[in-house]
Amino acid sequence: MSKNRIFIPLDSAAVALGADEVAERIAIEATSRGLEVAIVRTGSRGMHWLEPLIEVEVDGKRIGYGPVSEDEVAGLLDTGLFEGGDHDTTIGVVEEHPFMLDQQRLIFSRCGVTDPLSFDDYVGNGGLDGLKAAIAADERSIVDAIKTSGLRGRGGAGFPAGIKWDTVQGATADQKYIVCNADEGDSGTFADRMIMEGDPFLLIEGMVIAGLGVGATKGYIYLRSEYPIAARVLNEAIEVAKENRLLGDEVLGSGKAFDLTVFVGAGAYICGEETSLLESLEGKRGLVRAKPPLPALEGLFGKPTLVHNVLSLCSVPWILANGGEAYAAYGQGSSKGTLSFQLAGNIKQGGLFETAFGVTLDDLVNKYGGGTLSGRPFKAVQIGGPLGAYLPQELLHLPMDYEVMAQHCAGVGHGGIVVFDDQADLMAQARYAFEFCAEESCGKCTPCRVGAVRGEEVMDKIAAGENHDENMVLLEDLCELMVDGSLCAMGGMTPIPVTSAIKHFPDDFAPRHAREAAE
Amino acid sequence: MEKIIEEALSGHVGETGGLITGLRHVQERCGFVPRDTVRIAADLFNISQAEVRGVISFYADFRDEKPGENHIRLCVAEACQSVGSRQIERELTDKYSIAMGETSASGEVTIEPVFCLGLCSCAPAAEVNGKLISRASAKRITNEVGG
Ligand SMILES: Cc1cc2nc3c(=O)[nH]c(=O)nc-3n(C[C@H](O)[C@H](O)[C@H](O)COP(=O)(O)O)c2cc1C
Ligand code: SF4
Ligand code: FES
Repeated sequence: MSKNRIFIPLDSAAVALGADEVAERIAIEATSRGLEVAIVRTGSRGMHWLEPLIEVEVDGKRIGYGPVSEDEVAGLLDTGLFEGGDHDTTIGVVEEHPFMLDQQRLIFSRCGVTDPLSFDDYVGNGGLDGLKAAIAADERSIVDAIKTSGLRGRGGAGFPAGIKWDTVQGATADQKYIVCNADEGDSGTFADRMIMEGDPFLLIEGMVIAGLGVGATKGYIYLRSEYPIAARVLNEAIEVAKENRLLGDEVLGSGKAFDLTVFVGAGAYICGEETSLLESLEGKRGLVRAKPPLPALEGLFGKPTLVHNVLSLCSVPWILANGGEAYAAYGQGSSKGTLSFQLAGNIKQGGLFETAFGVTLDDLVNKYGGGTLSGRPFKAVQIGGPLGAYLPQELLHLPMDYEVMAQHCAGVGHGGIVVFDDQADLMAQARYAFEFCAEESCGKCTPCRVGAVRGEEVMDKIAAGENHDENMVLLEDLCELMVDGSLCAMGGMTPIPVTSAIKHFPDDFAPRHAREAAE
Repeated sequence: MEKIIEEALSGHVGETGGLITGLRHVQERCGFVPRDTVRIAADLFNISQAEVRGVISFYADFRDEKPGENHIRLCVAEACQSVGSRQIERELTDKYSIAMGETSASGEVTIEPVFCLGLCSCAPAAEVNGKLISRASAKRITNEVGG
């Protein structure tokens, strides 16, 4: 191949840091030098602090440069970019970067490497192996593989996937659905976005396998509107998938049909809750439904529906290709497989780190994340999104594991880890938890709708130093009421960030005069 | 206007979630969801006007007023807070003398809060006229508005 290939991410994070401008400049500079280049837009490797990270292939190895600014492009070409020439921005062989070496990339193996819209790239790099195995197997063994794998839902609740597959498979109906939850509303999370932008066929393959397994022929991806690049990539990928019969009336000669549509939401955090999501997908307000009935039995339009997070579905092809046991060999206890941890907030090396459960928070934050971005002392992490706990330095030794986290009144959630330095005020963070709940509550039940607003008021009084002790008691009572009386986890888990902040950072909630004296 | 609204909606009647997709297209064409949409959508989708109104008011994306010439969406969620989004919010609302969610008197800018843009690894994040910005500052955002 005579053309020089250069890989530049189309990932939102890379674009937000200037990847499009860099790509444009490379095209211009190359033309003016009479160089023939082919720019391949890929996903991101997940080393976001190095974005825009551009790569070239030299002797079969990918050499990276980053972060590259527009102004550095000319200099890069002068130093012989296509021969892997030395430059201030070079990071050497990308796969040998310490951040990459320690990962176990089962899901993200192609992300950042291949052209997300090239079907040949996909198939040439292990794509469709899972689906082929599924087509060769019967429905029962597909579901058994998921059960054996121990896969738990990656959307937050961590419910065993196999049980849900069983239920949907066992239901009889003229129509069943697979619904992918791509609402990814949690602050500190972006793994769904990255995989949809960087390897969309993987999600499609996972959904097709799910369809074969439970007997569904129609799928929807419920995508949040904040992800326009993911929407474009997914829609293009679906067209390519149809051309290659990964989707359509007869999937790859299986004799089974599977059809897939992207539906874009309209800005509502609560629509990430599965029943609210289904209401929204039916074109209505996203009011949470009471359970039972379970969506697995009466979901979209009252039909049996398998609702799964993006990462859950993206784990499926690997499990089918390699077997449930192979997947269960990763992780520890009842936390099987890998999780794509998202390092976010005040962190030096923010990005995506996929590894088996059991890795400690400390390793994620300090060893791989490089500590705080500000360089100031660490104060807290919030794990598992806006309904997740705030944890202090003393608990960083904890391994990421569903059960271990639960013992500390925390959750793994969708794997987001948001770091705060010593300038953070945990009382302000606790107040924000109520503010967010008040803003995003669907309004169906009183403890959540009214409780969140009351919570804001009480927090303001505490901050102002009004009847401190009485209001702290009131706050506790209010949290209890929300936990006990809310219909869904929005109201039911909003107290978690609040009570964890109070428990682990009591100084931030001390009476006003004490707080002021401490400053 | 009536015709545009009808065109934007009619293709989505009978589609799964068609009302929401239709409303998005109305907003894309008009810049906001005009009041007449309620009546037209109710007729087309054969549902009550109250239901249409309920849907429009439920979703944060739908605006009932024309936004300013420049549209700033500033992420105000936790990861962005951890690196100073509250400060950016103060600087921007001071500069344009408006509160979050408002349009400046001159019609120059609208600033809206958004809860996470998925750029939390390189926060603070913002979007100005559709362009994504990571490691945002008030200055970078206002430069984008100016440019
Ligand atoms: C308030 C709230 C928001 C949620 N947001 C999301 C979300 O954005 N993405 C997601 O996959 N699951 C979300 N969930 C979890 C879903 O309700 C559901 O458990 C999940 O989609 C099931 O898929 P899984 O088994 O693959 O995790 C949310 C739950 C609640 C209560
Ligand atoms: S807890 Fe909140 S979000 Fe959940 S159903 Fe009740 S009001 Fe709606
Ligand atoms: S929290 Fe601001 S981009 Fe995610």
